[in-house]
Amino acid sequence: MMDVFVGASSTITSLGFSTAEHVKQIKAGRIGISIYPGGDLYPTPVPLSLVDTQQLLDLFREYLRKTKPDLQLDLFTRSEMLHILSISDVLKNSGVNIKDPRTLIILSTLKGNMDLLKKDRLPAIEPDRVYLWKWGEFLGSFFNSSNKPLVVSIACASGALAILVGSRLIKAGRYDHVIATGGDILTEFAVSGFQSFQSLSPQPCKPFDAARDGLSLGEGCGAIVLSRNHSLCGIPEKIAVAGGSCTNDANHISGPLRTGEMFYVAIRRALREASLGPSDIDYISAHGTGTDQYDETEAKALSWAGLKSVPVNSFKGYFGHTLGAAGIIESALAIASMRNNELFRSAGFENPGTSDHINILTDHIAREVNHCLKTASGFGGCNVAVVFKKI
Amino acid sequence: MELLITRHMKLQKRRVWLNGAVEYLSEAGSVDQLFRDMYRHYDIDYPKFFKMDNLCKLAFLSTEILLRGTILLGKYPGEEVAIILENASSSLEYDQKHVESIRDRNKYFPSPSLFVYTIPNIMVAEIAIRHKVKGEHAVFILEQFDPGLIYHYVSELFRNQQVSCCLAGWVESYGDHYQSFLFVIEEEDKIRAFKGLQEYVIFDTVNTEKLFKGKSI
Repeated sequence: MMDVFVGASSTITSLGFSTAEHVKQIKAGRIGISIYPGGDLYPTPVPLSLVDTQQLLDLFREYLRKTKPDLQLDLFTRSEMLHILSISDVLKNSGVNIKDPRTLIILSTLKGNMDLLKKDRLPAIEPDRVYLWKWGEFLGSFFNSSNKPLVVSIACASGALAILVGSRLIKAGRYDHVIATGGDILTEFAVSGFQSFQSLSPQPCKPFDAARDGLSLGEGCGAIVLSRNHSLCGIPEKIAVAGGSCTNDANHISGPLRTGEMFYVAIRRALREASLGPSDIDYISAHGTGTDQYDETEAKALSWAGLKSVPVNSFKGYFGHTLGAAGIIESALAIASMRNNELFRSAGFENPGTSDHINILTDHIAREVNHCLKTASGFGGCNVAVVFKKI
Repeated sequence: MELLITRHMKLQKRRVWLNGAVEYLSEAGSVDQLFRDMYRHYDIDYPKFFKMDNLCKLAFLSTEILLRGTILLGKYPGEEVAIILENASSSLEYDQKHVESIRDRNKYFPSPSLFVYTIPNIMVAEIAIRHKVKGEHAVFILEQFDPGLIYHYVSELFRNQQVSCCLAGWVESYGDHYQSFLFVIEEEDKIRAFKGLQEYVIFDTVNTEKLFKGKSI
């Protein structure tokens, strides 16, 4: 049985431009969500977590100057800058060759270049990069990758599924290495859309807390190396994608099945594929958006799966719900927790607020983590569970 | 264990093919008319259909045609059935409608029923709800139908025992353009008892591409 290992990662949010920087900021208790005064993104003030534009432009300009000095900044969209920085970061820190015909870039996103949906903007950009495949092709050709990147899109569970898709395509023998990437920029597209569902909290989100009243949107991008060859992964620890599953509620297009049954089935199957029982899991990186229904459902599913006492956190209290990036960067941080054997407080959580009580982390703690469960869910009734295992 | 394509359908240019034979031809002048005509022709009773965007309508109708008159999904628990779809335009048509609807700041009331169709996997959800399909699913966005990707991904799902039956294919809709190609994949040993094998097609990249292009196997 072949193992698929995870390796170097990159993470970009309001908290910084690398996974290591995020670990440092989270340890220091910094929250990246703040009240955006209103304007471009939404008519009234709303809490958001945004990537620092000036820093993004500076870093990208510097990267272009070093690698492709003949190219101008205005040839790239915001999303493309974020993705290029994320992918280049993991290429620098791993031995994976992007030009290798056995390497695939997977892109997890909801909207890719969502800012191109507004007409008459960005004159130097071909308008058809609004198509996700075209956007992917542009990113692939920037890196001279042999294969056109594959876009995976199942709403807010896209990132976690991208890791499974990568792992499965490697196990199927189709590729040897995958750069699993996830990212979405924040525009009024998503802010107004989530507001139309009254999903946005007026305060920074409080996943699993009794006083939670909605999610906070965040802008983010990240990437994780997957490879059948551990020596190319760029990290000394051997951590494998040991199992995973994706199920559908078959119940409602825009709300979870309240019993949590199919979410539970995804977790059960992921554990089964990993040949692990619930008592083997040391840590859970939950989806935990901060909305009443989704957190309630997730707590039910975790409890049903026998994981009530396992320490769990949601990273969304730090940098919001990063949509297509969420499953990738939250996995990157969970893998960092496995490597360092330290777990982080679930920001925004104070008092238990779900019918089924689960063991939410209220402090940073040291704990040996050999097996970690990552969960995700989203519109369209999707539930995803992934198990990472130290070997 | 051999995987077989046990049923397949295609819809393009106002024609429907089922298992390779044309079985419906429409004179409809628009996509909307075509989908309404098909809904009536196939005698479907599912009022939620009329709330869907065209991408979901196309996925829904294609699945109805593919599964009509079969007990196919009844043979398998819903959680063992997968839906793996590819398309090129994602949900772009509704993305643009949503952007248009929030352009005027004085009438800034986005509609949740519009926004929900701005993610492509809602077409999976609509099929899942209708047929109680609860297993693995994915939506891949590509320039063109990629039978190799479906072959490798679906084979791996069967190999690691996540699924026992899979609906897979291509569902593309944007403006006046639409095209769907859907097929059912089952394990040979599970269907041997039902029918002779000669009617079925071995599931691999080459055969899948041939069916998509309407070539004989």
